[in-house]
Amino acid sequence: MTEQPQISNAKKFTKEVLKGFVIANPVFVLVLGLCPALAVTISIDNALGMSAGVIFVLLGSNIIISLIRKITPQLVRIPIFIVVIATFVTILSLVFEAYFPPLYESLGIYLSLIVVNCIILGRAEAFASKNTVMLSIADAIGIGLGFTAAMLIVSLIREILGTGKLTVFGYTLFSIPVLSEYPLTFFIMPPGAFLVLGLLLALFRWLGVLKNE
Amino acid sequence: MNSSASLITIFIGMAIINNMILTQFLGLCPFFGVSKKLSNAISMGIAVTFVMLLAATATSVIYNYILVPYEIEFMDIIIYILVIAALVQIVEITIRRTNIILYNALGIYLPLITTNCAVLGIALINATNNYSIAQSMVSALGAGVGFTLVLIIMSGIRERLELGEAPKSLRGLPVAFVTAALLALAFMGFSGLL
Repeated sequence: MTEQPQISNAKKFTKEVLKGFVIANPVFVLVLGLCPALAVTISIDNALGMSAGVIFVLLGSNIIISLIRKITPQLVRIPIFIVVIATFVTILSLVFEAYFPPLYESLGIYLSLIVVNCIILGRAEAFASKNTVMLSIADAIGIGLGFTAAMLIVSLIREILGTGKLTVFGYTLFSIPVLSEYPLTFFIMPPGAFLVLGLLLALFRWLGVLKNE
Repeated sequence: MNSSASLITIFIGMAIINNMILTQFLGLCPFFGVSKKLSNAISMGIAVTFVMLLAATATSVIYNYILVPYEIEFMDIIIYILVIAALVQIVEITIRRTNIILYNALGIYLPLITTNCAVLGIALINATNNYSIAQSMVSALGAGVGFTLVLIIMSGIRERLELGEAPKSLRGLPVAFVTAALLALAFMGFSGLL
């Protein structure tokens, strides 16, 4: 008898994780968090670093906001959420500056801009402020992984077409013979980002993963 | 140490070469959300320019006279976001009390601007480049003008695009992204300007 609630909790937990990953993918379905998805997807390294940062901030802010949800006055909830998020972003940028200086340099202001990323405030307002800590953690993991998947897809396409090879943390995994000598630099430049994301959105719709507007 | 870049270089650089939307990807939510109609695009552009100018001035004063002398630059994110949120509230209340026509034109866009990354972005860009207060104001003005310009061009294109027959899965947002890609490509031609 005592195992019953645990099983249903575990099921709920997995359901929340899967929801963010597939049904409510933040980038491709909800079309949120576009600035980082376009700006830092030049290389896989940047995309991974950015995703790790977003997952950390999302997890931290979801946990804290869920913990204080009962004592948060309704009127000033948004400023409170923003301060909590900004605190985690400050921690993140100090850690990146100290331990991963090259990544910190290449992410630049986009690392600090996680604070105004609609995904994080959106989850705080729509989910963490209304649900228990466990479910909020599941939600953060799901949405965070969904964001990571989207970032990886965009940066894979851009890095392979734009440089002709795939390099992860200094190791070249493979390089395409002709393309690496004459790379399509268009794809690692700003217009390439818009084109790749636009076509991916269309592809997801065409596949029926996306609902029509 | 303040940067020595001249004001006109900063203005042109922020407005055209390093355009907020097309090369720095800041402020994309209003860009895709509000660019369906020309009149909305103009109102949004003016509102963003106005808030960016105010926010850049305020954050630059704070950066140069509080954060740098007391060596607490690491607090910039928290302080900037609070200053911007408070500023937007003050602007909204002031406009509502003093000019009801302007409020009706800009009103609904003002709260949206708080979470617009372009406003925080310009404050952070100014701090990273060590701009003085005058330089920060010019860079914010340039960024705002560039933002408005691209928003107006985009809304003009999208008004025509609505009439065209795009494939079903491309309609709406995807085709707006492809249009933005072409626009960004065109703006890359300005990169040799300075």
